[in-house]
Amino acid sequence: MGEEEGLHQTPFLDTMFVRGLKRKCFDGEEDIEGTLAGIKAIPSYNLQRQSLLDMSLVKLQLCHMLVEPNLCRSVLIANTVRQIQEEMTQDGTWQMINTQSTGQASLDRLVSTDILCRSSRDHQAEGKHGPAYGTFNKDFESDQAQDNSETMSTASAVQTPRNLQSNVWEMESPQENKGNFQKSLDQIFETLENKSPNTVEDLFSEVDNSYYDLDTMLTGMMSNTKMGHCDSLETFSSPTNTASNSNCKSDLNDLDHIVEILVES
Amino acid sequence: MEGERICEVDSGDGLGADIISTVEFNHTGELLATGDKGGRVVIFQREPESKNEPYNQGEYNVYSTFQSHEPEFDYLKSLEIEEKINKIKWLPQQNAAHSLLSTNDKTIKLWKITERDKRPEGYNLKDEEGKLKDLSTVTSLQVPVLKPMDLMVEVTPRRIFANGHTYHVNSISVNSDCETYMSADDLRINLWHLAITDRSFNIVDIKPANMEDLTEVITASEFHPHHCNLFVYSSSKGSLRLCDMRASALCDKHSKLYEEPEDPSNRSFFSEIISSVSDVKFSHSGRYMLTRDYLTVKVWDLNMETKPVETYQVHDYLRSKLCSLYENDCIFDKFECAWNGSDSVIMTGAYNNFFRMFDRNTKRDVTLEASRESSKPRAILKPRRVCVGGKRRKDDISVDSLDFTKKILHTAWHPTENIIAIAATNNLYIFQDKVNSEMH
Repeated sequence: MGEEEGLHQTPFLDTMFVRGLKRKCFDGEEDIEGTLAGIKAIPSYNLQRQSLLDMSLVKLQLCHMLVEPNLCRSVLIANTVRQIQEEMTQDGTWQMINTQSTGQASLDRLVSTDILCRSSRDHQAEGKHGPAYGTFNKDFESDQAQDNSETMSTASAVQTPRNLQSNVWEMESPQENKGNFQKSLDQIFETLENKSPNTVEDLFSEVDNSYYDLDTMLTGMMSNTKMGHCDSLETFSSPTNTASNSNCKSDLNDLDHIVEILVES
Repeated sequence: MEGERICEVDSGDGLGADIISTVEFNHTGELLATGDKGGRVVIFQREPESKNEPYNQGEYNVYSTFQSHEPEFDYLKSLEIEEKINKIKWLPQQNAAHSLLSTNDKTIKLWKITERDKRPEGYNLKDEEGKLKDLSTVTSLQVPVLKPMDLMVEVTPRRIFANGHTYHVNSISVNSDCETYMSADDLRINLWHLAITDRSFNIVDIKPANMEDLTEVITASEFHPHHCNLFVYSSSKGSLRLCDMRASALCDKHSKLYEEPEDPSNRSFFSEIISSVSDVKFSHSGRYMLTRDYLTVKVWDLNMETKPVETYQVHDYLRSKLCSLYENDCIFDKFECAWNGSDSVIMTGAYNNFFRMFDRNTKRDVTLEASRESSKPRAILKPRRVCVGGKRRKDDISVDSLDFTKKILHTAWHPTENIIAIAATNNLYIFQDKVNSEMH
């Protein structure tokens, strides 16, 4: 490959790709065993897939730090995450990653536990996958006993796949899983959703205490809770009948004035 | 094509306030409007051709500049609303004035552009400066006359269509009835009457009852150029839906669904992302639709829902780089596409300030570059080539040398002539084909 500019933050993923070991990127149906032959030279499919999952989760987190997240991008990333997790569920591989603290996917950690899966889950042949990457299934409740302060993924109980979405993202024990990079997908979308002025009370009631430790998501939610006075909010948040020639700038000045009042009270 | 670089709005302080975010010709091609990230609209006007200076014909010069949108603050969400102009659409001209719609993420505005080139002089009660005259000095009556003055272009906001959208507006489209228009955000499409600002009709709503179930958003929409009851909208899953407003008030059920089955040999985790349609445009004839996804442009026949009739590769050499492009977010770039006046050539932008044109009849395509070096005034544009390895000719660019920060997202084609407008970050380029100025 030529100059390493711009495109090569993930050299090993692209290199693997270009070498033709997989001409398709992350094709789930390809024979995984074939990749294990060169496991030392080329990162395995599982590791690449995990890396993509991690990258996607980081992206979903980061989009909350922006002024207002791009919904299309968030949805596409979330769909990618879902796709990966569905595939990982079918493979029977769930991995807890400790990348935050170590900075790299720690292979030792992946093999550290030997927890049985849930009985209702039918696993594909576990022996299919190389031992280095762990063919275990994590029981979600057992995980909580471990130090999960910096976990990135939101692996959940691998139950029946009837609604993978809620299973995958459900946080059964929020207090155990604090950390900058854990949140459920529904809460991501709820923060993107605009609360209409008539449901101001609902807005406050949905604030989840477990998220007060997360500085990323709170930019939107916390400052809303500080606002307090429902009446004032309803006054300026109701849809205005703008006169045809009204200037947005004058609206802004009015709102400035109102915010001053709120802050002082 | 001969090229002339028109307007460099160079943002010296690096704040990026002048990054061009939309480009649109009006219906005659006489005016060209650009919107930028700082909420400004700049309108260019084509100089009338004069027989005395045939080489000066058809240059575009600045006609008017105004601030369309200002940054706002959403207090309920504690989020800023960007003033960036997402789209501009011209209204068909109905009198001496020109009108256009401009929109940011939340608010659409109707602007009226009028010219004033005469002013009355010779008032009886006021003097030249407007001060009241001493009546005792007035001995005779005169009729005020209109005298020519320097051309003044006045722009006034005539309507502000606010509070119609919870999500970010990505498209606006004026109906062929010239009375209504639609605005689309990520989840909903609203129908407005141009004269009524305090209400709009919701005609498409794809928001799920439970936001957890959200997997698809609206990415672009447009009215049919001739049938005022038809419109199309595209989605992030790569599908197009043609809707008929006569069928029901809420057009959640499409009349036609255009979707190409996925190619199983090309499947990857990025398949869905690269299939997301970033732009959809009806042909001038109304018979076809043009869509742009990350790697291709496709021509669809309105009568065939199963697959496009034509597919053109824009930059297939990026297919092996999707993972890196996902990491640096380039895979989410939204490129636009355009038809020429006779629907025989289609155009779209790419990276490295390249843009591509595809001739539908000859099946030939060309890659051109919009840059300062390659387009001195009257310079002829040289076709470019990206080499993927193997034989490399002189002047070829290798895939790894492409500059992914230089992306041409917004392009526009003159409605009747071979004149194109290319927005390259904060520069606007206008290119003319002198040889084939008339469409054939």
